Amino acid sequence: MAITAFSGTLVPSPLQVLSGIGELLRKGLLFRYLVASLFRVTWGYLLGVGLAIPLGVGLGLWRRGELALNPLIQILRPISPLAWIPIAILWFGVGDVSGIFLIFLASFLPMLVTSMTAVHNVEAIYFNAGRNFGLNRWQLLRGIILPAMMPELIVGLRITLGIAWLVVVAAEMIAVSSGLGFLIVESRNAGNRYDLVVAGMALIGVTGLALDWTMRRLEKLRAVRWGYVSS
Amino acid sequence: MKSRDEKPSSFLLDEKQSKTSRAKVQIRDLAMTFRSDSSSVEVLRNINLEVFPGEFVCILGPSGCGKSTLLNLVGGFIQPTGGEITIDGERVTGPDRRRIFVFQERGVFPWLTVEGNIAFGLFNLSSREKETTIRRYVQLVGLSGFEKAYPQELSGGMKQRLEVARALAVNPDVLYLDEPFGALDSITRLLMRSELLRIWEAEKKTILFVTHDIEESVQLADRVVVMTARPAQIRRIVEIDIPHPRDLSSPRYIELRDSIFEEIGLAHKV
Repeated sequence: MAITAFSGTLVPSPLQVLSGIGELLRKGLLFRYLVASLFRVTWGYLLGVGLAIPLGVGLGLWRRGELALNPLIQILRPISPLAWIPIAILWFGVGDVSGIFLIFLASFLPMLVTSMTAVHNVEAIYFNAGRNFGLNRWQLLRGIILPAMMPELIVGLRITLGIAWLVVVAAEMIAVSSGLGFLIVESRNAGNRYDLVVAGMALIGVTGLALDWTMRRLEKLRAVRWGYVSS
Repeated sequence: MKSRDEKPSSFLLDEKQSKTSRAKVQIRDLAMTFRSDSSSVEVLRNINLEVFPGEFVCILGPSGCGKSTLLNLVGGFIQPTGGEITIDGERVTGPDRRRIFVFQERGVFPWLTVEGNIAFGLFNLSSREKETTIRRYVQLVGLSGFEKAYPQELSGGMKQRLEVARALAVNPDVLYLDEPFGALDSITRLLMRSELLRIWEAEKKTILFVTHDIEESVQLADRVVVMTARPAQIRRIVEIDIPHPRDLSSPRYIELRDSIFEEIGLAHKV
């Protein structure tokens, strides 16, 4: 009895969700929110991986630096980006920058660890072959280490983009007024519009899938495909 | 000279020794012990060997005896704990592009095409010279038509030939080959041996070739350096005085081969 009575409000039907999406489209909110979310994720992600990869490669090659910093990295890693929300607000105030900072954090640490491991996994044989041809350090980095770690790096980039996208909802809970995360929080706060809540969730899911699919195409590049097939 | 073994044998000839030509590679009192915190492993002891310009020398020994370590030392990838190696009178302190190490086919770069691999060491050449060199070595090792292929699209034998081509393209004086054909099937291995001999005769390189295959060493080498088990020492150096192409059923071939089998303590009857 209770279930039938409340079914309409507990979980909106697919039809309600579709009409919710239709409503968003009509109001022009769908693309605005989608673009706003993608904008934050893009910046946070690019800053995160853009800093993590050079640092990770550097630490992977410089053993002492890695030994010194690794404990800190391992302590920071299990802390959910959500736990950083108060600090983010303290440092950057409420708004876009705080959200981007959270996404940055969510991208930075996994990519840092992936880059370090990827350097370690470069086969010594490639490195030695490079040295044998008289490459200097810079040439070894460009000619051997980077291409040899690329397959693993691409997997890391793909997984990290997934994590960054996962954090978008939390990032948009910090007093911003656009984005898919904002849509979800706001739809509930302003009138329990669960059809729009689920519509927001569905849009996040579909967009995440599209992002992952795009990244997967990188794995098809001929220069990295060797990394994914066992010979 | 110190490189000869202590036990003279009827088939050991001393011509090479009396040659006035200077040794290309000279290994003196070489020793190698790997140490870790808890243990140390003596891998090589008292190795003395000279390799002459243009010579094909096989280093033959049981698996794990340290012959690969010896080759890695000569290649300059690791430093010995005793003795020294000189090449053209110059002490070896690191790898050098005048002497290229050929690993088992695993050494080709999988992220580069056949062309890209061969061009890898040619960064000092103009793009015109590069192209000519690539074409020449693609042909030499019989990979024409595969210039744009990636290593994963090639067979094991083709990858091995590619690695040899990449090494030859930088025109080294010496090639180090570490069990290069070990991962190939027996038919491909036979073909690769004659290919290598053809290339060696055409390009006049000095070759140091590590193998655990007795037949292979007798088929290829001018001299076979027979190693003991670990810690590896030189047990004997056998001169293979049969001209190429070698008849694998000739009495001399069988005699030399069997003497090495005996030396290692194997009766080769199955």
